[in-house]
Amino acid sequence: MLVYLTKRILYTIPIVLGVSLVCFLLVHLAPGDPLVSVLPPDASEDLKQQLLVIYGFDRPYWEQFLRWVGRALQGDLGYSIASGRSVTTEVLRAVGNTLILASVATVIGFFFGLLFGFVGGYFRDSWIDKTASALAVVGVSVPHYWLGMVLVIIFSSQLNWLPPTGAGPGASSDWQPDWAHIRHLILPAVTMSVIPMGIIARTIRALVADILSQDFVQALRAKGMGELGVFLHIVKNAAPTALAVMGLQLGYLLGGSILIETVFAWPGTGFLLNAAIFQRDLPLLQGTILVLALFFVLLNLIVDLVQSLLDPRIQRS
Amino acid sequence: MSAPIVKVSNLTVSFLGGPSPICAVNGVDLELEAGETYALLGESGSGKSVTLRALMRLNPEKKTRVEGSILVGGQDVMALSRTELQAFRGKTLSMVFQEPALALDPVYTLGQQIAEAVAIHEGVSQAEGRKRALELFERVRIPSPERRLDAYPHEMSGGMRQRAMIALALACKPQVLLADEPTTALDATVQIQILLLLRELQRELGLAIIFVTHDIGVAVEVADRVAVMYAGRIVETGSVRDLIRNPSHPYTIGLLRSRADGALQKGARLETIPGSPPDLANLPPGCPFAPRCRFAIDACQTTTPEPVTIRDGQIVRCLRVGELEAV
Repeated sequence: MLVYLTKRILYTIPIVLGVSLVCFLLVHLAPGDPLVSVLPPDASEDLKQQLLVIYGFDRPYWEQFLRWVGRALQGDLGYSIASGRSVTTEVLRAVGNTLILASVATVIGFFFGLLFGFVGGYFRDSWIDKTASALAVVGVSVPHYWLGMVLVIIFSSQLNWLPPTGAGPGASSDWQPDWAHIRHLILPAVTMSVIPMGIIARTIRALVADILSQDFVQALRAKGMGELGVFLHIVKNAAPTALAVMGLQLGYLLGGSILIETVFAWPGTGFLLNAAIFQRDLPLLQGTILVLALFFVLLNLIVDLVQSLLDPRIQRS
Repeated sequence: MSAPIVKVSNLTVSFLGGPSPICAVNGVDLELEAGETYALLGESGSGKSVTLRALMRLNPEKKTRVEGSILVGGQDVMALSRTELQAFRGKTLSMVFQEPALALDPVYTLGQQIAEAVAIHEGVSQAEGRKRALELFERVRIPSPERRLDAYPHEMSGGMRQRAMIALALACKPQVLLADEPTTALDATVQIQILLLLRELQRELGLAIIFVTHDIGVAVEVADRVAVMYAGRIVETGSVRDLIRNPSHPYTIGLLRSRADGALQKGARLETIPGSPPDLANLPPGCPFAPRCRFAIDACQTTTPEPVTIRDGQIVRCLRVGELEAV
């Protein structure tokens, strides 16, 4: 187990390096001038050159990359061109906000996804299954930014129950666990939870139906096990696959949804990315993408490890 | 003769849900004494496995219609409530499945699966259940049993898995063991070992066994009595000896002739039974074997033959049984 653990962790190093290279290249290969947003339109050529040197954009790409990686290893992702603030600080604050939104959405989405999936799969073709499946299909198919806007129209404009945008009263971007802030959280979290709910419900339903058709379920009944016991066996059989799907979904959610965060003006990573792209703020863009990519790597690592604990068929050595 | 431990009368099982019901079992009668081994022989779709599952009420309840009476150890299986049924399954009657790789839960160790069965029926602790599992593993002669208890099904060979499956089936000391083609998924050499093991356990524990197989050789090896099934009916039943020496139903005769062993010379053609089994959703009115039977007469197409006892214990369902004996 320890060997597997070490190996699996060591494997992440080349992945992280590759990911950071791709981040760097993607941003630099895109056309356009990074300084255009900070320079006045009538700036002199001299000033432009000066700034290029200050930001290091005059260096060859490989040198820029190595410097960036070297600093990133020390926790320094550079400074935002647009705001001049430290990218690390900006990203971490955004990550915090996204985490709050994502974890609430995760709890809602996973709960209903698992519930619909297991119940639908177990009582296949019953009315419960049909209702759950219909909800799941809607969840997967509805464009979530549209759903977000519809929810805003209903609950904010018409009923006036919940605030339409922002993370807290007075456009504050620092989250507090009080009712005023929770009110801001409800609509985006519900909107965000719909996708994982649908995907998980559908995957689990198919999985449970498949497990139910296997011989061992009949064998469990043949040894006198009650339906609750049989159900628990099915849950344990479904767990590794369920976890893999959930891990992936969690990754997507933690990445922050650009669309949802933009619709609700939620100051998270998606919102930050959006801003960075429109302002051509290279350091901010690179830094945000890198942090998000690292999240995925870390999450996959955790899912892999938990899976190998649950399913004996996954090689542990 | 004591009262039979299993008594099935006029069992019919049909599967609903399709465009027309599929009549998998059409009036099966069977009786089994304690300590007796009874083989149900037949080709795929002849209703032998369905009969076996009906004894445990394992066929999906909503999609199946089961009629007739089933008595096992004095209990009326058809009348058992949900909880009674759970107490009955695995305790009075237990089952060995065809493919142990599929019939064992892949994410639990073998020890856990056996201990679980013991816990269900005797309410003992995990440690107690594990002790029982160890005894059973020794009994079915799994080498290094202590270590194998912690093995998962995929870590064992096919033969070992089937031994573990048998250990699981015997966990709560059942009176009757149902074996659904327990050797079909195994190599020929391992098959013999498993058959010998079953026979030995049967003798030691006084088990009654109903053994389903499509292999005459296997049936002869293990059984005291054999019932040949065709299209959901038992067409002939008798002791192994009578059935081999004096097969009286044309289907049994055909089966015995179509074996490859015996004096088959090189170049000689293997005798076969022409045609294929009838559609169970649309059974012919008369004898279901008539379309394939070379002895069939017009009456066979319209009249369902009743069982005829031709000698002590040998019963045949064929209209021409008297005439054929002379042939």
